[in-house]
Amino acid sequence: MKQTYSIFTLVRNALSYHKDWQEAWRSPAPKPEYDVIVIGGGGHGLATAYYLAKEHGITNVAVLEKGWIGGGNTGRNTTIVRSNYLWDESAHLYEHSLKLFEGLTQDLNYNVMFSQRGLMNLAHTQHDMQALRRRVYAIQLNGIDSEILTPEQIKEMVPILDCSTSARYPIMGASLQRRGGVARHDAVAWGFARKADERGVDIIQNCEVTGFKIENGVVKGVETTRGFIGAKKVGIVVAGHSGVLAGMAGFRLPVESHPLQALVSEPIKPILNTVVMSPQVHVYVSQSDKGELVLGAGIDAYTSYAQVGSPFIIENQLNALTDLFPCFGRLRMLRQWGGIVDTCPDASPIIGKTPVENLFLNCGWGTGGFKATPGSGNVFAHTIARGEPHPLAVPFALERFSTGYLIDEHGAAGVAH
Amino acid sequence: MLLISCPYCGPRDEHEFAYGHEGHIARPTLEQQQTMTDAEWADYLFMRKNPKGVHFERWVHARGCRQWFNVARHTVTHEIIKVYKMGEPAPQLEQK
Repeated sequence: MKQTYSIFTLVRNALSYHKDWQEAWRSPAPKPEYDVIVIGGGGHGLATAYYLAKEHGITNVAVLEKGWIGGGNTGRNTTIVRSNYLWDESAHLYEHSLKLFEGLTQDLNYNVMFSQRGLMNLAHTQHDMQALRRRVYAIQLNGIDSEILTPEQIKEMVPILDCSTSARYPIMGASLQRRGGVARHDAVAWGFARKADERGVDIIQNCEVTGFKIENGVVKGVETTRGFIGAKKVGIVVAGHSGVLAGMAGFRLPVESHPLQALVSEPIKPILNTVVMSPQVHVYVSQSDKGELVLGAGIDAYTSYAQVGSPFIIENQLNALTDLFPCFGRLRMLRQWGGIVDTCPDASPIIGKTPVENLFLNCGWGTGGFKATPGSGNVFAHTIARGEPHPLAVPFALERFSTGYLIDEHGAAGVAH
Repeated sequence: MLLISCPYCGPRDEHEFAYGHEGHIARPTLEQQQTMTDAEWADYLFMRKNPKGVHFERWVHARGCRQWFNVARHTVTHEIIKVYKMGEPAPQLEQK
């Protein structure tokens, strides 16, 4: 039994100079065979393993991670959580995830620092306003909180925004999801890892999958840098490397991998207490608890696996930021990094079966997967356990590219990627 | 940031170009279209190689001569291995 994290264990361990804390998860050697192997130890993969154990009683599970857990896109995103999506299918999926986020700290006994500080999408033209109204009403019809703010209300909430009529991009209104916000990305991965491990899941780091063993169209296991590991079922949850893994299994995906960058500023005093996004000017920014501004940039046009983006994209990003927030003009940037995102033609994820029997796929989250971490793991665990997609995941099957039932959410990305 | 050698104008900054994604995807002929299944259409329209390694892709010199051409580029190092004109077959390259 794992020790519970609470004020009492904190005090008790403080008395022993924090030398007696248990390890949060084991580092076991791989067993010869598992009921389920989850490839990818990011948030989505760890959440999948956790819900497999918790909700479906499948505990003979391994999570294989080629690096360290949460070291890919889970640790590289801008930590925004929201469910303000236009189409019913996406709205229900992301709202499912947001609801799980609301109870996640208690469920995992791990403070994921989920802060529902509200999330604002700005409109700068009449056409922005029309699109914004349509989106807000569609979201409200799905029973999800969403409201429209006037420029006066925006000014009151975020006084540092340039709301003057002479601004380069005048602000005509905004949508607000008050339940949106940010969470601590690493804590989400670590919390899921700790609880999955407690229920018997083996988390195996530094173990890269190099191939699949497929017999008569049925997956039997995976070849790894630590030898062959057998499995009754395998789930691929590898974000930017989905195409590579699909290639090993002998099929192609409607996915292209692009670098997406983010950056943080030097820490400053509290100045921005909500998340501000502007699709038109291409800004999404929030302030972390450490005081740094967290900014997301755009993707590079070309495909890449390099986890490095172009400097001019950062330059464009900072131009856009200072257009909206002139007071950030002298702020210095501290760190900048890139991650590889797997983008789909309709900007919606792919969850479900593959052409290979017992091989399941969860990918294509593109530029906005973090917000979906618990929901994605939850519906994917169901899909793997039952062998049939979770009701919320049905529309996101790979077959939609044949049936034409695309879920075009390009407009729901915070900004145009 | 890439330095791309347009086959018509020479080396230019990436800013002048727009990306055309995977090259050498042949549009189905009229005869093929009569009998193609939805899955085959999906394969043509959406499925991509997306390789980790050499990618044969199209670029257009959008803010220059406006010509389309092909590029063989490595998707990890971003090295541009070869630039060749539209209609030419993908070059045989040593495995990188």
